[in-house]
Amino acid sequence: MYAQMVDTGTKRLKTLEEMSPEERDFQEKIDAETKIEPKNWMPDAYRKTLVRQISQHAHSEIVGMLPEGNWVTRAPTLKRKLQLMAKIQDEAGHGLYLYSAMETLGADRDEEVQKLHDGRAKYSSIFNYPTLNWADMGAVGWLVDGAAIVNQVVLQRTSYGPYSRAMVRICKEESFHQRQGYQILLDMMREGTQEQKDMVQDAINRLWWPALMMFGPHDDESPNSQQSMVWKIKRKSNDELRQMFIDQTIPQLEFLGCTVPDPDLKWNEERGHYDFGEINWKEFYDVLKGNGPCNHERISTRRKAIDEGAWVREAAVAYAAKQKQRAAKAA
Amino acid sequence: MSEWVLYEVFVRSKHGLNHKHVGSVHAADNEMAMENARELYTRRSEGVSIWVVPSATITASASDEKEALFDPSEDKVYRHASFYKLPDEVGHM
Repeated sequence: MYAQMVDTGTKRLKTLEEMSPEERDFQEKIDAETKIEPKNWMPDAYRKTLVRQISQHAHSEIVGMLPEGNWVTRAPTLKRKLQLMAKIQDEAGHGLYLYSAMETLGADRDEEVQKLHDGRAKYSSIFNYPTLNWADMGAVGWLVDGAAIVNQVVLQRTSYGPYSRAMVRICKEESFHQRQGYQILLDMMREGTQEQKDMVQDAINRLWWPALMMFGPHDDESPNSQQSMVWKIKRKSNDELRQMFIDQTIPQLEFLGCTVPDPDLKWNEERGHYDFGEINWKEFYDVLKGNGPCNHERISTRRKAIDEGAWVREAAVAYAAKQKQRAAKAA
Repeated sequence: MSEWVLYEVFVRSKHGLNHKHVGSVHAADNEMAMENARELYTRRSEGVSIWVVPSATITASASDEKEALFDPSEDKVYRHASFYKLPDEVGHM
């Protein structure tokens, strides 16, 4: 999931009887699957939770460009380079669709970006891992975008209209990302040297557990999930989504002829799902706290981009002002 | 970026269809808004024409006006073709 542990600011769910008439009206709309639109009344906590979740989602798209940017100049062929650049441009686009949805809630884009840059806002833990070899580009597309799709397909039905519509647009584009990633790995496994095949397995070994962490903590460790589900901001629980992802990914893994670094992974006939081992939660919380391998590097790259691009934004404003003046004079 | 203006973007997906709202962009002027909208909303030939409109210039109906605006038409069923029942012999009309 691109948003992890989003705080809802509520400790306990209210019953319909405890709600104010406006709040009850709002909840009944949600229960009836009516989308909430920017001008509709909404509880303050719903608005704040959405701003947190959508901004975190947007930041993840933007920071998500960085591990891939690492490989633009190192892509093995021109074709792969073009594909990678198209994918990275999409990620920027996804970030912008989401910031634009967030702004409909009255949030200020600059302010939210500032929160990312000074560490008050989070982005997905997955982007704090390094991309060390070319096969990582394949594994990121297949596993990371794959995990994102599982989450985002469900979010197309989220209760807030602008967020839901951004998700529809994003989902259409994500499937290209996942396929191009899988194809990179498939090519390496089918036509590669032993060394290249080892690179694929190495990339999967490093990214498998971090990809599973993307869905966030277990349901019973996720105190905010309940409220988010009642508001239908979230539509499926962390554990449900993680299981869906594993079930659909393992057959693809087997087709590649690779394995995952989990000795407990096994098909469970009775459950009709794969069983799997426990995630290293200490690592998850450490990365979230800012102690992952690349947290520092990612944020300083973002800050540098904003600082060094300041003159471009200033020049654009100055140019627009000058054009306006000229037009006024000519009239 | 706060000095930049928020624009709403409308895209005509095919000839013969209406422009449809797709989202928004920030830009320093109209020209840049058009460039940004093209780059953001039509990367896969999603459109044949784009409108960009400064958000501040749009007047929208408020949700609490909904009844005043839309309820009056609810009891005017005679404005719909289906209100007028014709004998089968008349055929399609």
